[in-house]
Amino acid sequence: THLSFPLGHDPAPLVVQTRKPVRAAAAAAMRLIVPLQSVVQGRGGLIFGSLIPCALFYFLQLYLKRHRSPKPQSNPPSPTTSSPKLAEMTRTSSRSNLFSRSIGQVRISSRAISIAKPNESPYYIGLDKASEDPYDRLSNPDGVIQLGLSENRLCFDLIEKWMSENLGHSITGRDNGELNINGIATYQPFDGTMELKLAMAGFMSHIMGGAVTFEPSQMVLTAGATPAIETLCFCLADQGNAFLVPTPYYPGFDRDVKFRTGVELIPVHCRSTDNFALSITALDQAFNQTRKHGTKIRGILLSNPANPVGNLLSREMLYAILDFAREKNIHVISDEIFAGSMYGNEEFVSMAEVLDSEGFDKNRVHIVYGLSKDLSLPGFRVGVIYSFNENVLAAARKLTRFSSVSAPTQRLLVSMLSDARFIEEYIKTNKRRLQNMHALFVAGLKGLNIRCADSSAGLYCWADMSKLISSYSEKGELELWDKLLNVGKINVTPGSACHCIEPGWFRCCFTTLAEEDIPVVLERIRKAVENTTDLLNSS
Amino acid sequence: MLSSKASSNCHGQDSLYFLGWQVYEKNPFHEVENPTGIIQMGLAENQLSFDLVESWIRKNPDVMGLKNKDGESVFRDLALFQDYHGMPAFKNELVEYMAKIRGNKVKFDPNNLVLAAGATSANETLIFCLADPGDAILLPTPSYAGFDRDLKWRTGVEIVPIHCSSSNGFRISMFALEEAYERAQKLNLKVKGVLITNPSNPLGTTMTKDELQSLITFAIDKDIHLISDEVFSGTVFDSPCFISIMEAAMDSNLKRNIDVLSRIHIVYSLSKDLGLPGFRVGMIYSNNQTVVSAATKMSSFGLVSSQTQYLLSYMLANKKFTSNYMKRNQKRLKKRKEMLVSGLKKSGINCLKSNAGLFCWVDMRHLLCSNTFEAETDLWKKILCEVGLNISPGSSFHCSQPGWFRVCFANMNQSTLQVALRRIKDFVERSSFNYQQNMGSLSRKLISNWVRKLSSADREEQER
Repeated sequence: THLSFPLGHDPAPLVVQTRKPVRAAAAAAMRLIVPLQSVVQGRGGLIFGSLIPCALFYFLQLYLKRHRSPKPQSNPPSPTTSSPKLAEMTRTSSRSNLFSRSIGQVRISSRAISIAKPNESPYYIGLDKASEDPYDRLSNPDGVIQLGLSENRLCFDLIEKWMSENLGHSITGRDNGELNINGIATYQPFDGTMELKLAMAGFMSHIMGGAVTFEPSQMVLTAGATPAIETLCFCLADQGNAFLVPTPYYPGFDRDVKFRTGVELIPVHCRSTDNFALSITALDQAFNQTRKHGTKIRGILLSNPANPVGNLLSREMLYAILDFAREKNIHVISDEIFAGSMYGNEEFVSMAEVLDSEGFDKNRVHIVYGLSKDLSLPGFRVGVIYSFNENVLAAARKLTRFSSVSAPTQRLLVSMLSDARFIEEYIKTNKRRLQNMHALFVAGLKGLNIRCADSSAGLYCWADMSKLISSYSEKGELELWDKLLNVGKINVTPGSACHCIEPGWFRCCFTTLAEEDIPVVLERIRKAVENTTDLLNSS
Repeated sequence: MLSSKASSNCHGQDSLYFLGWQVYEKNPFHEVENPTGIIQMGLAENQLSFDLVESWIRKNPDVMGLKNKDGESVFRDLALFQDYHGMPAFKNELVEYMAKIRGNKVKFDPNNLVLAAGATSANETLIFCLADPGDAILLPTPSYAGFDRDLKWRTGVEIVPIHCSSSNGFRISMFALEEAYERAQKLNLKVKGVLITNPSNPLGTTMTKDELQSLITFAIDKDIHLISDEVFSGTVFDSPCFISIMEAAMDSNLKRNIDVLSRIHIVYSLSKDLGLPGFRVGMIYSNNQTVVSAATKMSSFGLVSSQTQYLLSYMLANKKFTSNYMKRNQKRLKKRKEMLVSGLKKSGINCLKSNAGLFCWVDMRHLLCSNTFEAETDLWKKILCEVGLNISPGSSFHCSQPGWFRVCFANMNQSTLQVALRRIKDFVERSSFNYQQNMGSLSRKLISNWVRKLSSADREEQER
């Protein structure tokens, strides 16, 4: 007997052959197998018609689950552990295995997975390469010259001299000539001892030309400027909020602000036509743009003196920024870590100084400082959060327990920073040597027809190598960076790592060099780009 | 204007644990200058062996002067050293020291060690690595009051307590573990791990190998992590000896080993064992390479000062010093603990039997006027303000039963401890006298009521 399909549907694969005596049974069987037909024939078909597809769908899902590949967020499982298990499961197909946990290594947080990935930024790749094969004039003259790390090695001799004269008793403390370690080892106030805060306040004031006094009670000390920035972000913004940051900016901000806080950074692009000066128009545009996308801006993150450009924010600009912040009701974080590394003739004006003079709302300004640049002690981990906002200070004080300054280091620095004569001499000599190195280096680059942006501070210069790149794009810039690193064997930081919108700019730190190294660097640059025609008029 | 994190009180700093400290700081005890002040018994700090560290420093002026064995200054290298992988020499010494504390029954690889600015920072970093905001960590109670801040505050991770009770000496039972896990499920929280403190704070007890292996099995079963905070591992002064989670894991059959080691993580620090909390030296040890890699990068937020790393690498390299220190420190801790326990016993107060830590878990349930946390808080207030002792109430450790207190003994000298014991004795005697008086009057009242009832009943009968 033929089975009719009145609606002209293609039949499901039918294996049942009907015979007259079992016609009824066959028909029932058919209704199970061909639910559609049952529905059409309207004999209890609706129930079967809905149940059976559901059952089939359910079993399909089970089947898929069993054979699903490991979830993308788990660590890539080693093939040896995962595949045998999968094979086992298809063979046994025991019910209990159907819903077993995903194969592969135990899951860790999504935060950790993204952080653990090897860093692809040229900033970090270059640093690694330079540290693997570091240049040494005598022992490794073919090594990589490190111009990508803003470290100041120019005045170590001064500090070393101070150490040899003072270190012995500075840590253990002089208590009637007796050794007293008791104070060192016990729990200290997590936001730093009052002695160190006092000494730091004095030092910061000195560095900034005495134009402003810092109040120790408004200070919170942290293990470096890195946790200072992160801590402020935790205090001022919630997950999903954002900070405006002028570009180009220090590549480390991406880590400090974004790693764990969930706060975003919105770039505010600055251009070479105004020597990378910040404009309020650009700030405003970025603010409105971001707001339209539904993200709340909580503040502006500035570095002044700027890194990597090295220019300063003028007094007028500071006023304008504070006005803008007040208008939009946002915070201002001013990272002034290079305040003591001035070599230009401009005068550095701290946010604190401006606040002192005019009637600005102090509650929205927070200053970050540290001893890694001005005093060349990045290894000792000493940073400062300076705020006028009592609530921020209260929260930050509690947060510094995750990043306190080590006690022996606090002792040592109290001693060093309180030595007024030494600090005076250090600041003067440091400035002189910085000026000297800067002048030599920039002149040297000029000789290669590479001009630098105007700058007055920092441990680096911002060099325009756009004429030397093959294509005016990030790709071209990275090709040049790669050539300089692998052929020229010098590590510089490409502008793209600093989120610079114009390709071809590179940050070159010159304070890791001695004077004798400069010609070597220049020669290597020349060699690395010698096929580029624009170098024809190099001296 | 502030973030929600900054304005919340999720840091738990408002608990009685921290309030007690504040009251103490306003009126701190001093043997000579302020003999009626409050004695600090709420800070788990080891001050008993400072003299040993001091003498080492005196004998090594060169190291303090940042000079190497040849008398050359290493200052330049130290000043610039900010590698988040940590100083290799320091990490090598640390792993050897850690192995020594564990009787050399486990060996550690310095490449699996990540440094942090104290165990506080290490714990937080580890949670950042293992759990996402909204996930949960199971934590046995009573537990260190600071965990609310270290594990939850910035990470956004929840803590689900595993309730332990005095009925089995506050040990973690499989039943309690499962119950906590189910509770987390009901709250729609994804459990990512269990965190245990071994030796326990505030109990002062160490876990047995069976207990550790049950925990490991549980972790494998539920596909979660197991964090063992072993900051007090060097303060074990009595038997049973300390068994690290790593040792327990090594004992599992090899087939599970690949999986097991990737989910076990140890947190350690030098704050308790070496009595150097001010130095801020903590660490994470893990066999899970992704965790090590992520934690290493996160350690930028809490690097250990290179000067400190240098100092301590020399101190720990001196094996004679470390052996001597460990032995004498443990002896002093044991003696001091026994002094506290016997002193309290004379006042009729018992302590949980402990073999480690810088404190005792004291049973004051019989001094409560009612079996409630309000009564516990009242008692705590009385002891803080009237008796002048800052001890930490069980509620601040999230203990499920009222009446237990943590009393620290290692952060004061012997005479101060004796003063404290005397004060407690006086207080207990006073309270029991009052109690007897109250009880006396109460029983007399009850008897008179009963007599009256009886007599009225008699009269009624008679009247009928």
